[in-house]
Amino acid sequence: MSEKKKYRSKSGRERVTRILIYIFLTALCLIWLIPFIYLVFQAFRGESRSMVTYIFPKEWSFDNFIFLSTKTPFWSWYLNTFIIALFNAVLQSAIVLCVAYALSRMRFKGRKFIMNLMLVLGMFPGFLSMIATYFILKLFGLTSENSVPGLIIVYAASSGMGYYIAKGFFDTIPRSLDEAARIDGASRARVFFCIIMPMAKPIIIYTIMMAFMAPWGDFMYASLITFGHEEAYNVAVGLYKWLDKEHISNYFTIFCAGGLLVSIPITALFMALQKYYVEGVTGGAVKG
Amino acid sequence: MSRLSELEYLGLPPMKRKLYDIGQFFVNLPLKILNILKQIPLGIWKGICAVGRFFASIGKIFAEGDWKTRISFLIMGFGQFFRHQIGRGIIFLGMESLFVWFMAVMGGGYLAGLGNLGEQATIKTLNDYGLEVVTYKDNSLKILLYGVLTIFIIAGFIWTWYINIKQNHVAQKLIEKGVRPKSFKNDLKSLADEQYYKTLLAVPLLGITVFTIIPIFFMILIAFTNYDYSHLPPDKLFGWVGWDNFRTILAADASGNDKFAYTFREILIWTMIWALVATFSNYFLGMFVAMCINRKGIKFKKVFRTVLVMTIAVPQFVSLLLVSKMFSNEGIVNGILREHLGWITENIGFWTTQDMARIMVLAVNLWVGIPYLMLIATGVLMNIPGDIYESARIDGASGFKQFTKITLPYMLFVTGPYLLTSFTANINNFNVIYLLTAGAPKTMAYEGGAGGTDLLITWLYSLTVTNNDYKIAAVIGILVFVVVAVISLIVYNVSPAMKNEEDFQ
Repeated sequence: MSEKKKYRSKSGRERVTRILIYIFLTALCLIWLIPFIYLVFQAFRGESRSMVTYIFPKEWSFDNFIFLSTKTPFWSWYLNTFIIALFNAVLQSAIVLCVAYALSRMRFKGRKFIMNLMLVLGMFPGFLSMIATYFILKLFGLTSENSVPGLIIVYAASSGMGYYIAKGFFDTIPRSLDEAARIDGASRARVFFCIIMPMAKPIIIYTIMMAFMAPWGDFMYASLITFGHEEAYNVAVGLYKWLDKEHISNYFTIFCAGGLLVSIPITALFMALQKYYVEGVTGGAVKG
Repeated sequence: MSRLSELEYLGLPPMKRKLYDIGQFFVNLPLKILNILKQIPLGIWKGICAVGRFFASIGKIFAEGDWKTRISFLIMGFGQFFRHQIGRGIIFLGMESLFVWFMAVMGGGYLAGLGNLGEQATIKTLNDYGLEVVTYKDNSLKILLYGVLTIFIIAGFIWTWYINIKQNHVAQKLIEKGVRPKSFKNDLKSLADEQYYKTLLAVPLLGITVFTIIPIFFMILIAFTNYDYSHLPPDKLFGWVGWDNFRTILAADASGNDKFAYTFREILIWTMIWALVATFSNYFLGMFVAMCINRKGIKFKKVFRTVLVMTIAVPQFVSLLLVSKMFSNEGIVNGILREHLGWITENIGFWTTQDMARIMVLAVNLWVGIPYLMLIATGVLMNIPGDIYESARIDGASGFKQFTKITLPYMLFVTGPYLLTSFTANINNFNVIYLLTAGAPKTMAYEGGAGGTDLLITWLYSLTVTNNDYKIAAVIGILVFVVVAVISLIVYNVSPAMKNEEDFQ
């Protein structure tokens, strides 16, 4: 009650500032939402499939989605991406958590060296190593038509270098817990699975979520590995092509429909697990 | 800010102590940078010492070893067989035989091939019926790749061999003291306990070696060859050219053409401007938005936050490609401005002139980046104790003063490492540039298909994927590494939050 009074009695300046902030934030939210509103309208537009100069469709229809499902390999791209994302969620999280635990909890010879090595390797542009990785994968026949396992390997193999956020989290769990368990005769492996893992639920969910979401947005690696084999594309590479000069006049609304189908489940998942994302991102940024 | 003595420092209340630390950090900045420069020769010297110690310890083991240990220098695992460690012995012996077999059958040839990367190019002849017959000869790419793999296998073997003699030495010492060395069963057990880190790190490190270290090593070698569109295996050979490619990029090529060097300089400058502006504009505006949302008395905090956060979730290739098309010549923005509002008569070329395109990518990058920063800043701002502000208010500090004297230094202090990572991430920000402009507008002034908004990383991409100019791409990749490494080295050494990782525990 007294709190409210204080605000009211404050000079009009505070009120003006607050109104300005509301205007600013509302405008901001509008700007941030426009592309998505536009995406939805275009996806459901029935007339002409090219770009038009108005926002509201004159005719609403599902034609774009039907076209997408029947006349394009969209769903096979979707399936590819989904399989990659699923495998990546499992493999990458396992790798990241193992590395993070080992580097956070155990002290051994070469630990500093490994951390510095990963730091230095991380400074090379990822695409540089991609060129040679492409040839290595090609040796094993894991490019073009076999891109799905190839991409899973590419994403998972180097994921150990992204251990920072998980390690930062493990660092905050008191070490006395480990020690108490070890005095009681638990092995390191048991401590990891039975004590640390249950406590690290937020960071595990964050890691899995990131690992699952990343392949949906990857264009750079996927375009190189799947080069020239349409069936093996992931959604990003597949949809990208529809916006080039030759295709855009016939595929623009199809692209929007496809983009919508990709965005909805990812966004839903993200919003559901938002809490963990915020925790991971802020924790990671603050601890470094 | 004057320096306080230790006693005075300890006498300060904790909050003031923190502020004093932050102030001192900025005062000491130049000195610290000088110190880093001193560390480089020191690091090199340390490396030389480590190599020296390695050989010294081999000598020591040989001198102190009994006959079993000494034979193990040649026949790996020999000593283990006599010291109740048959499991280990079998593994070592197996590895050695595998290695010898590999070197004899394949490795030797691969290694020899590295000398000139192949001698005979593929021959194409016409047979009696006038059809083309292709006889594949040497493939430089495969020769180089296999050669690199062989080098890594040899390095791995030397390492195994060293572990072998060292373990012999340890076991010998134990037996001399009358202790029985660990059995194989105990070895396995310790992999789940004291040596659990080996189990945990084995697969990740193998993955990093095969898919990061070897490829990077391979690409560094490519930078010293003439592997490009006119030397594409399997039809043609490529070979070693020394530092020529570096000269092409940094000064001028053999014929005195410095167009590549010019392009590189221009793109490097733009990359730096981009990274700097993109990082700091996102940082400050994101912080501003966070402060607006978190301000006392503002309602609908959750709504505002949710709308902004949602944009993180939508895959960038959807949102950025769409935005890029919205601003294109036939796009909705031009359409509305021209047809519906009548503000313009001719389309605005958002992506067609270099300056406009650069401003646009920076602006759209704000759209991408502000939500992240809003989240991070919210987390940090919540952690600033309220009583600092309270006391500042009592002392009569204005809102602006509170911001510059408390909020900003605290934010910078806490998120210093994050600023560095996001700066280096922006140097390599492929998605925003490539999905928005793909480097356009292309210009004739640039070599190698580069355009006005190309960063080094997107140029690297188009050099490889569209131009097949691998040698130049490799050089650019190495130079990007040098730039990032130098910046990181400086920032890591002056940033207080990066050190003392044990402090958190």
